[in-house]
Amino acid sequence: MTLTYYLVLAAMLFTIGAVGVLVRRNAIVVFMCVELMLNSANLTLVTFSRAHGTVDGQVMAFFVMVVAAAEVVVGLAIIMSIYRTRRSASVDDANLLKY
Amino acid sequence: MPAEGLLAWSWLLIALPLAGAAILLLGGRRTDRWGHLLGTGTVVAAFVIGLLGTIQLAGLDKKSVGVDLFTFINVGSLDVRAGLLFDPLSAAFVLLITGVGALIHIYSIGYMAHDPGRRRFFAYLNLFVAAMLLLVLGNSFVALYVGWEGVGLASYLLIAFWYTRPAAATAAKKAFIMNRVGDVGLALAIFLMFSQLGTTSYAGVFGSIGTLAGGTITAIGLLLLLGACGKSGQFPLQAWLPDAMEGPTPVSALIHAATMVTAGVYLIARCAPIYDHTPTARTVVMLIGAITLLIGAIAGCAYDDIKKVLAYSTVSQIGYMFLAVGLGPAGYVAGLAHLYAHGFFKAGLFLGAGSVMHAMNDSVDMRRFGGLWKKLPITFVTFSLGYLALIGFPFLSGYWTKDAIIEAAFDRGDTLGYVLGGVAVFAAGLTAFYMTRLMLMTFFGPPRWEEGVHPHEAPPVMTAPMIVLAVGSVGAGFALVRAFPLGTWLAPVFGEPKETTHVLAPLTLTLVLVAVMLLGVGLAWLFVGRREVPVIAPARVSPVVRAARNALYADTVNESLFMRPGQWLTRALVFFDNRGVDGAVNGMAATLGGSSARLGRAQTGFVRTYALGMLGGAVLVAGALLAVTAG
Repeated sequence: MTLTYYLVLAAMLFTIGAVGVLVRRNAIVVFMCVELMLNSANLTLVTFSRAHGTVDGQVMAFFVMVVAAAEVVVGLAIIMSIYRTRRSASVDDANLLKY
Repeated sequence: MPAEGLLAWSWLLIALPLAGAAILLLGGRRTDRWGHLLGTGTVVAAFVIGLLGTIQLAGLDKKSVGVDLFTFINVGSLDVRAGLLFDPLSAAFVLLITGVGALIHIYSIGYMAHDPGRRRFFAYLNLFVAAMLLLVLGNSFVALYVGWEGVGLASYLLIAFWYTRPAAATAAKKAFIMNRVGDVGLALAIFLMFSQLGTTSYAGVFGSIGTLAGGTITAIGLLLLLGACGKSGQFPLQAWLPDAMEGPTPVSALIHAATMVTAGVYLIARCAPIYDHTPTARTVVMLIGAITLLIGAIAGCAYDDIKKVLAYSTVSQIGYMFLAVGLGPAGYVAGLAHLYAHGFFKAGLFLGAGSVMHAMNDSVDMRRFGGLWKKLPITFVTFSLGYLALIGFPFLSGYWTKDAIIEAAFDRGDTLGYVLGGVAVFAAGLTAFYMTRLMLMTFFGPPRWEEGVHPHEAPPVMTAPMIVLAVGSVGAGFALVRAFPLGTWLAPVFGEPKETTHVLAPLTLTLVLVAVMLLGVGLAWLFVGRREVPVIAPARVSPVVRAARNALYADTVNESLFMRPGQWLTRALVFFDNRGVDGAVNGMAATLGGSSARLGRAQTGFVRTYALGMLGGAVLVAGALLAVTAG
């Protein structure tokens, strides 16, 4: 079992997430892609934690999860309210805040 | 010595007219009814005080009385006390200023009777008298300077008295600015005295002036002369004085003939101890006087405006005084005697001119006068006496005083003396010419009046001062030269008059001068009196006449040498300010504003664009980190 596999998997998940954020319009999908990126980062943290034999990385991963949970609550609430007012969940439609 | 008795109260001389001016200016319209009486009263009271003070001074052994008032400036090593100096010289000026001043105040009551601004006029006149008395009574150069600026201000206010007339407003500004040029010289001279001697009081400066280097004394002398030239309308600053005739005629009589313009002569006479140490500066004074008396006499021959002719005559006569005080000890008394006599006859001539204008609906064009001797008998007689005094008719004022100056010039005995004397004799002939021309055009010949003009003699309140001044014109010269010699009175200031050896026999000189005068009168009769005077000035004239009509192009020279380059400079500065300074500031602001607007377009409102930006940024940072750590 080498580190490389875990890291490559994490990199692939991150890339999928990043591309999803950039190319998808549906806010829910974009949100899920963000979660994917967060979890890929978590995987990297846990991997290095294991490799170094310390718990720092695992602690950090817990923090990320907590933050992600809070973020989901706030994010989904925003998406819900945007959807209720504009009858659309597309991130490109919510472009009023600009120059 | 400190003052006792009445002389200790001599500050009242200045305080009374000043209080008059303050009451009239602050009192507003409610003083309109009696303002002129108060204004005249303060000056008459000042005259009485001055006369009593002079009588007391005459009885003292040491004829120099100081009145210490209060500390004016006390900063570091500069300690200026405000104090007065009452000595024969200042007493002579006090009597002239308050005496002629009182007469002209009385005359103004009649002259300005129908003017809505009469109260303001008397307030300014009082302000002038106060400032002029401070000028001659101050015991330091700083006090003199305060008075000097005060009379400049009063002169400005009075020239522009009819400020709704553009010509008067312009003339006032011109007078003020040209006076400032001279005042800078006076201020620099005072700075120089303070930096070199550490004092500005007359006693301190005159006591230690001899310790300075010759060059410094000459510099002080020349700077003082610049100040005197500005105030007295001497070459090269003479152009403002004729324009100053835009003011009311009593102002021309009091300020621009009898008193203020003689302040330069006073300054140079007062600074005799300084000029004693610098023959160079003294020679320059003399030359300036000679040049000016010639310029004034030439220009006086060509003008048709009665007041301008008298103004150029004033310029010319003050030139004589400058020539006299430039001659040194031999000329001081002659110059001051002429100043006194001139104060009488020129004030009388101006008041006469005012009376003529009063009769002719304020016209000043002599070509539209003529034949007035029948209609204005009192004016004619008083004016004639002033005229005869001015041209030096035997045994009248000018004969005694002007001849003394010319005699003193010849008595130098060298070539310069002959040149200056010759110039003065020539100008005396010109004086006779232009004054006879004025007399002939105004009082003789057929009437050339405009329609609707009905000449009438002025009221007694105006003719009475003219009569008094005419008596002065007749008697002042004899009184000051023979009966009560001014030389003896001024001896404590200038030293005892000493017998000089005359280069020309006095009788010869007198005969020459009378001959020259008669020649001038004769030529004037030949050119003006014998023929019809055209109502419109002939346009085709010789270059000499054209130059004289333009006052020898003094204004043209000033404009092309100083005004135009000044305008160019200001225009260049405005251009630099608009394009250079403002350009840099505005350009920077515009650049920043433009670029921020362009940068703002990046805020598209598309979340995914921002996400791409963040990703790109993160990749860049990661790449940079890798490059740094790996490399």
